[in-house]
Amino acid sequence: MAEETKLLTRSADVHDWLRVKKKFPHLWCPGCGIGIVLGATLRTLEALHYDKDEVVMVSGIGCTGRIPVYVDCNTLHTTHGRALTFATGIKLARPDLKVLVFMGDGDALAIGGNHFIHAARRNIDLTAIVVNNSIYGMTGGQASPTTPLGKKATTAVYGCIEQPFDTCALAIGAGATFVARSTVYHVKHAEKMIKEGLEHKGFSVIELISNCHTYYGRINKLGEPIDMLNYMKEKSIMSGPDVTPEKMTEMGKQYLLGVLQHDTSRPELCDLYEELISREKSS
Amino acid sequence: MAVPKPGEPVLLSGNEAMAYGALAAGARFYAGYPITPSTEIAEVMATELPRVGGKFIQMEDEIASLGAVIGASLCGLKSYTATSGPGFSLMQEHIGYAAMAEVPCVIIDVMRGGPSTGLPTKTSQSDVMQAKYGSHGDYPSIALTPSSVLECFTLTVRAFNLSEKYRAPVILLSDEIVGHMREKVVLPDPSQLEVINRAKPTVPPEWYEHYQDSVTGMSPMANFGEGYRFHVTGLTHDVYGFPTERREEIAALMEKFKNKEIHNTRDLTMVEEYFLADAKVCIFAYGSVARSAKQAVKILRRNGVRAGMLRPQIVWPFPKLPVENMLEKVSHVLVPEMNVGQLRKEVERLSCTDRAKVQGLNVLDSSFITAEQIVDRVREIRARHRHVGEYVNG
Ligand SMILES: Cc1ncc(C[n+]2csc(CCOP(=O)(O)OP(=O)(O)O)c2C)c(N)n1
Ligand code: SF4
Repeated sequence: MAEETKLLTRSADVHDWLRVKKKFPHLWCPGCGIGIVLGATLRTLEALHYDKDEVVMVSGIGCTGRIPVYVDCNTLHTTHGRALTFATGIKLARPDLKVLVFMGDGDALAIGGNHFIHAARRNIDLTAIVVNNSIYGMTGGQASPTTPLGKKATTAVYGCIEQPFDTCALAIGAGATFVARSTVYHVKHAEKMIKEGLEHKGFSVIELISNCHTYYGRINKLGEPIDMLNYMKEKSIMSGPDVTPEKMTEMGKQYLLGVLQHDTSRPELCDLYEELISREKSS
Repeated sequence: MAVPKPGEPVLLSGNEAMAYGALAAGARFYAGYPITPSTEIAEVMATELPRVGGKFIQMEDEIASLGAVIGASLCGLKSYTATSGPGFSLMQEHIGYAAMAEVPCVIIDVMRGGPSTGLPTKTSQSDVMQAKYGSHGDYPSIALTPSSVLECFTLTVRAFNLSEKYRAPVILLSDEIVGHMREKVVLPDPSQLEVINRAKPTVPPEWYEHYQDSVTGMSPMANFGEGYRFHVTGLTHDVYGFPTERREEIAALMEKFKNKEIHNTRDLTMVEEYFLADAKVCIFAYGSVARSAKQAVKILRRNGVRAGMLRPQIVWPFPKLPVENMLEKVSHVLVPEMNVGQLRKEVERLSCTDRAKVQGLNVLDSSFITAEQIVDRVREIRARHRHVGEYVNG
């Protein structure tokens, strides 16, 4: 009973984060994983007791880019691929604000790839949530930089012949100090990853594997949303010291979940800037 | 070098004067990407902003630079960037965004020869049309053209004022000559400067409309993190900033954009008239070329020719009224430009057949247009028209 009341309260609290009067119903296809990402994010913000006024949600263009508009906080829907640039300006101007950046895989890694690696290099305290559905959802199912080899898209009709990016490996290589992966099947785990990303001071990347059954699923005959969620469940493995790429191949696993990078030794950009200001002002 | 003291003579380049003008206007955020001939502006800002508690960041490209500028401006900091031709092309995406989302910001374009990488160290005026129509869609454009070092300072302050007032991106079109020339100037005392800050909402958050409809096209602006929790998007939106496809809401937004120009023509008109009252020949010039034009007027006057100059300090919106008045009075207009005639065509559009004849003097080889070239062209025009009996002598 006590447990039930707690759950209800939590859902009411989450409801409080939504612009319910203005914005619903939302535009996503029924069963889309992006809704799960939104829910997980709001439960995390609530769990962290963040104040709505101190939260900024920034996004690029795409189905994922529509996340912020539904949330009752400071919200900014930018241009395709450039969300991190706006977020950089916001964070530098107001380091006290909590800035979350939502991007699709095309948004973050194709048109926004350059901004992505530079935000990581700078180690600016932003929490980037990359919703990876392996395809361009908004524009109707074209290939993305994360479309796996051999998988089809409306612009990869005979199967993708380009090597995909590994979002997390790219982020780690570029210098992101917190990098994690989860899926929309592993909701509780996803929430935990978002929470740790938000608590980390520095550039955090959380890749969330999601389903676009409408395009990716249909074109590649992957079934209903539930089938795609089951696929995520089957193909995922939690990271650990004995989980090697070889072992993953052997076990037929595709997604390595968990915290893949957590480096607290590198200073954060805004901190460095504040130090610089106090030095220059006093001299 | 330290920020020059107001009221004391100092030798400055146009680019430096722009940077100091921005500081005087209250700019506290700069994001940019190095490019000749604008880089000195970034260098001054990198030095000075931390000293006043502001932020400077060198971004990975010009698209990112203007993105960061817009982000910082949404948090209430007066923000700007500076670039030249190729970088100005890259910025067009976010100039349109700033116009659509009504975010104040200033973009300096120190023009150099184009197209493409063109002539990095040579002057030009070939971005004038891009300053108006560079981004896709219909949006209000404001652009200023300084022609002296002092004006680099004062028009930069003005540019910030206009961007704050109209909640719009404002472009400062300088050129390599104006940017790099050095002049002795006395910077005005801060108390003498009019500095405008964006209007704050006077209503509580629950009544706040971030894109309030208004006949003047202007509306108050809350910043992020101040309790107003509004939405900003580049999608066509309603008064709250929420995306819309309703025809009446689309029309209202587009109307608001138009109104920014239409209902504020007086505020957005800024021209210098030089010996224009009795002129029969008008030289219509802006930016560095206006310096030669002024010199040419002096020479022509000395030789008994009733010449004058009309110099727009704000080129966009185009100064329709002063140009029409001028066209009523003079017989000939010469538009010297370091481009194929981008503004000449605008003057021609206002000149019906019974008005003055408009001609261009267009130099495309990267050389500066001299006073002598202008004088010679005016003499040619006079000779030709005196010959056919058309020229009203003066
Ligand atoms: C400059 C620019 N180029 C192209 C587009 C068209 N466009 C809109 S969304 C999108 C891709 C969306 O895919 P993704 O980023 O993976 O996000 P998803 O929709 O799958 O969430 C594209 C190409 C655009 N809006 N702007
Ligand atoms: S198109 Fe795909 S990504 Fe977009 S809402 Fe539908 S299922 Fe989700």
